Amino acid sequence: MDSLPTLWFILIAVLWAGYLFLEGFDLGVGMLMRLFARNESQRRVLLNTVGPVWDGNEVWLITAGGAMFAAFPYWYASLFSALYIPLVFVLAALIFRAVAFEYRGKARTRTARNLWDNAIAIGSFVTAFGIGAMLALSTTGLPLNANGDRVGGPFAWFTGYAVLGGLAVVGFSLIHALAFLSLKTDGEIRVRARALLARWMPVGLLPMAGWAIAVVLLNGKALPWVLLVLAVLAALAAWLFARADGEGRTFISLGLFLVLGVATIFTAAFPNVLPSTLDAAFNLTVANASSSPYTLKLMSIVAAFGVPLVLAYQGWTYWVFRKRISEAQIPAAHPVTPIV
Amino acid sequence: MDPLEIARWQFGITTVYHFLMVPLTIGLGILVASLQTAWYRTGKEEYLRMTKFWGKLFLINFIMGVATGIVQEFQFGMAWSEYSRFVGDVFGAPLAMEALLAFFVESTFLGLWIFGWKRLPKRVHLATIWCATLATVLSAYFILVANSWMQHPVGVELIDGRAVMTDAWAVFTNNTALVTLPHTLFGAFAVAGGFLLGIAWFQLYRRRAAGIDTVDAAGRVIVGEDPKLGRNRDKTDHAVWIKSLRLGAMVALVSFLGVAFSGHAQAQLMFEQQPMKMAAAEAACHDGTGFSVLSIGSLRGGASTCEDVVGVYEIPGLLSFLAKNDFTTEIKGVNTLLPEYQAKYGTHLPEDPMYGERAGSEINYLPLMEVTYWGFRLMITLGGMAAAAAAVALWITRKGTVPNSKWLSRLAVAGIAAPFGANAAGWIFTEMGRQPFVVAPNPTFDGIDQVFMFTAAAVSPGVSAGEMLFSLISLTAIYAVLLVVELVLLTRYVRGGVAAGMPELNDPADPGGDKHDDSDVLAFAY
Ligand code: HDD
Ligand code: HEM
Ligand code: HEM
Repeated sequence: MDSLPTLWFILIAVLWAGYLFLEGFDLGVGMLMRLFARNESQRRVLLNTVGPVWDGNEVWLITAGGAMFAAFPYWYASLFSALYIPLVFVLAALIFRAVAFEYRGKARTRTARNLWDNAIAIGSFVTAFGIGAMLALSTTGLPLNANGDRVGGPFAWFTGYAVLGGLAVVGFSLIHALAFLSLKTDGEIRVRARALLARWMPVGLLPMAGWAIAVVLLNGKALPWVLLVLAVLAALAAWLFARADGEGRTFISLGLFLVLGVATIFTAAFPNVLPSTLDAAFNLTVANASSSPYTLKLMSIVAAFGVPLVLAYQGWTYWVFRKRISEAQIPAAHPVTPIV
Repeated sequence: MDPLEIARWQFGITTVYHFLMVPLTIGLGILVASLQTAWYRTGKEEYLRMTKFWGKLFLINFIMGVATGIVQEFQFGMAWSEYSRFVGDVFGAPLAMEALLAFFVESTFLGLWIFGWKRLPKRVHLATIWCATLATVLSAYFILVANSWMQHPVGVELIDGRAVMTDAWAVFTNNTALVTLPHTLFGAFAVAGGFLLGIAWFQLYRRRAAGIDTVDAAGRVIVGEDPKLGRNRDKTDHAVWIKSLRLGAMVALVSFLGVAFSGHAQAQLMFEQQPMKMAAAEAACHDGTGFSVLSIGSLRGGASTCEDVVGVYEIPGLLSFLAKNDFTTEIKGVNTLLPEYQAKYGTHLPEDPMYGERAGSEINYLPLMEVTYWGFRLMITLGGMAAAAAAVALWITRKGTVPNSKWLSRLAVAGIAAPFGANAAGWIFTEMGRQPFVVAPNPTFDGIDQVFMFTAAAVSPGVSAGEMLFSLISLTAIYAVLLVVELVLLTRYVRGGVAAGMPELNDPADPGGDKHDDSDVLAFAY
């Protein structure tokens, strides 16, 4: 009876890791639209590296949210209502980002295109920061009362952990995106991405390591320390590969760092899914926040069938669009001229 | 300020908005996939152009559906946390399955479709659009299972004060969901049909107005060509529009039959499952058999009694037919139902802190009758008007083109709005007719009838009115701006004609768009 909620705790950790791994680079690419690209054709290269896949990546977020609702309704309800204001910002950011991806190329004036670029860059930043803050708070705690409702006003969630988590995901996404670009592009962009990666990787990954260390210290267990050490080793490997220009290996090591980091954080927090900072008796745990065994069993069957399927066809998509893109291949823009 | 009222406005505004995009996504998606199939089978140029043109408009709309859908998914936890806690065990499952089994397929395969022209073999590429659009239907099924469970809870038990799923089969084959799905899908096709019809009419009219197409003495079309605009105004262009127009009109007509039959089935269930909604939809205070075409009197909701509403014109027996398939069964009116509801579910909200300031106040079981009564009629009327217009359009265009009339063309374009309005009216009626419950009690099974929830208990207790107001205002403002953006873009692409969907038509170096070698990594680029 106890094992199903634990299984779902693991599965939700997997969904979040999948989300951060995949959307990580497209959020980062979004931010780099402003920070990195130097001209219109470079921006279009960046956009097209994630063009076919960003929407599929975003569904990992929707699935993670839906799985929390189905498997741990109390977790979903308390976390989302406690973080009402920041989530409004995340929603606005997600809306603008999605719409901008599709509409940017349809803009006719420079100003309009600029506005959409900002929507992508700022939208990506706010999403990364907000989701990071949310996950960090879920592992470090919120001021919740016995019913699981937030006390202390709309901004009671605002703590150092929120900022740390936000920076962790922003930093990771930027680094991950540079690694992705060095794999997916050619020409000047590839060269610059590699150089930046070799220089900035430690800085970018530091906040995520900090978050992991904080959660481990808060909970004081042995296993997470082991995972943490492995995560740091993966990060070191990624950095060495980046300096040695091993693009594929850098990307994989970074992914390993993320997976191990998320594993560290979630194993350290276990069995809490959302601790209360007011009273440990109010903690939401794997046991008291979960759905009935019946529902969990049903969902397990669905997941056992669905998750491998998703991985298979998403993997296939990356295979179909595996070729590198460079500025030379970006076709001229086709303006739409009215005939009527 | 009351957080509950704000949360309800927010949910209403955001879902109705989401449901502007949804039916077009579902209906148009399947039509585009069918057109591409026609092209794959026949190789005819006009089907390719149709696929690309309508596909472009489909994408402009699709992305707004995605963007607004995410808000829906988060909103249950953010604004309706008590609701989420109460129903999570049964309601979360279809939502999670929708994401895992439908949204992933939709978004991934649509990405493949958009970027895969010429990268993928033709047959595989065709399969990608079918996967994506069939997934939209699957997603509609899952979300309607969730919604239908709120209308008619089945497969659950009340354990420790919350609904716990005991029978997944019952939940996923809820008869409410099974009749709602066809109704919603046909409603979506009505939208897509009207969309094709209106836009194609406009294009054909512009060809007439520019003197490209003319008609002979018998009224038959003589298709012409505009040498200046090349392939954007050739004979195939005419075929694109006339075929789109007639396809759209036929789809709209068939859909209306579909919504009428499935709607009839829904009314029969509603009569059993939510008798008060049915009575309120009819503004029927007293028991009777007639369907009211027009009623006057105080259609006032908010009252806990039903004053006399006078049916000015009633079709005798029709209501009985709608509900029971015969002409003589008396349908219970509000005045009969109110005491029944009060006896079963209480006259006052319990003195429980979960009701906040409302604890102990009187429960009003009568939904806002203006909304249910007019919502129901607006849905049917707008849908009926669109169907009638489609029939007329089929007749008028039987000789191959539209009349050279600006007025008619404007009407056709304006008519695009009618099925959208019918859909919105249908949802507003369904959802508001369920009040004061957010999970309506199921009167037809023993044991389940304690599983219900008043809307007043569903809202997040920890969220302040100020926060709710902040999100209501920001989301509404964002939606308003984006609606303008979407309409501007749709208009621009409509006015661009077929080349808007196929820029290669205007490329003198490569009119067929066949220039393609292996270094050409991007068959399509943002
Ligand atoms: C009958 C159909 C229907 C109904 C009632 C709803 N939706 Fe919807 N939704 C769709 C049919 C749909 C769709 C056709 O599948 C969309 C439209 C565009 C798209 O991408 O998929 C979609 C998109 C969409 C997305 C984005 C998916 C993506 O990124 O690909 C989410 C998260 C939701 N919806 C969630 C909801 C929720 C929580 C609803 C309930 C309040 C809801 N939808 C009502
Ligand atoms: C599965 C799909 C849906 C679910 C789970 C759902 C659920 C809800 C919930 C929780 C509320 C708030 C409580 C209330 O005020 O009634 C609500 C209200 C509302 N919903 Fe839905 N809804 C769904 C689909 C839709 C759709 C597609 C529309 C319309 C396009 C819609 C229209 C409304 C409206 C207008 C209200 C406000 C009613 C009022 O304030 O009285 N709903 N619904
Ligand atoms: C002959 C005509 C029609 C009849 C008898 C009819 C009947 C109904 C009924 C009884 C409901 C309420 C279901 C419930 O609350 O349980 C409903 C809802 C709805 N109707 Fe209709 N309808 C008709 C036409 C239309 C048309 C033309 C459209 C749109 C183009 C439409 C779209 C909807 C939608 C979107 C809903 C809400 C979702 C649902 O509950 O299915 N209907 N209809």
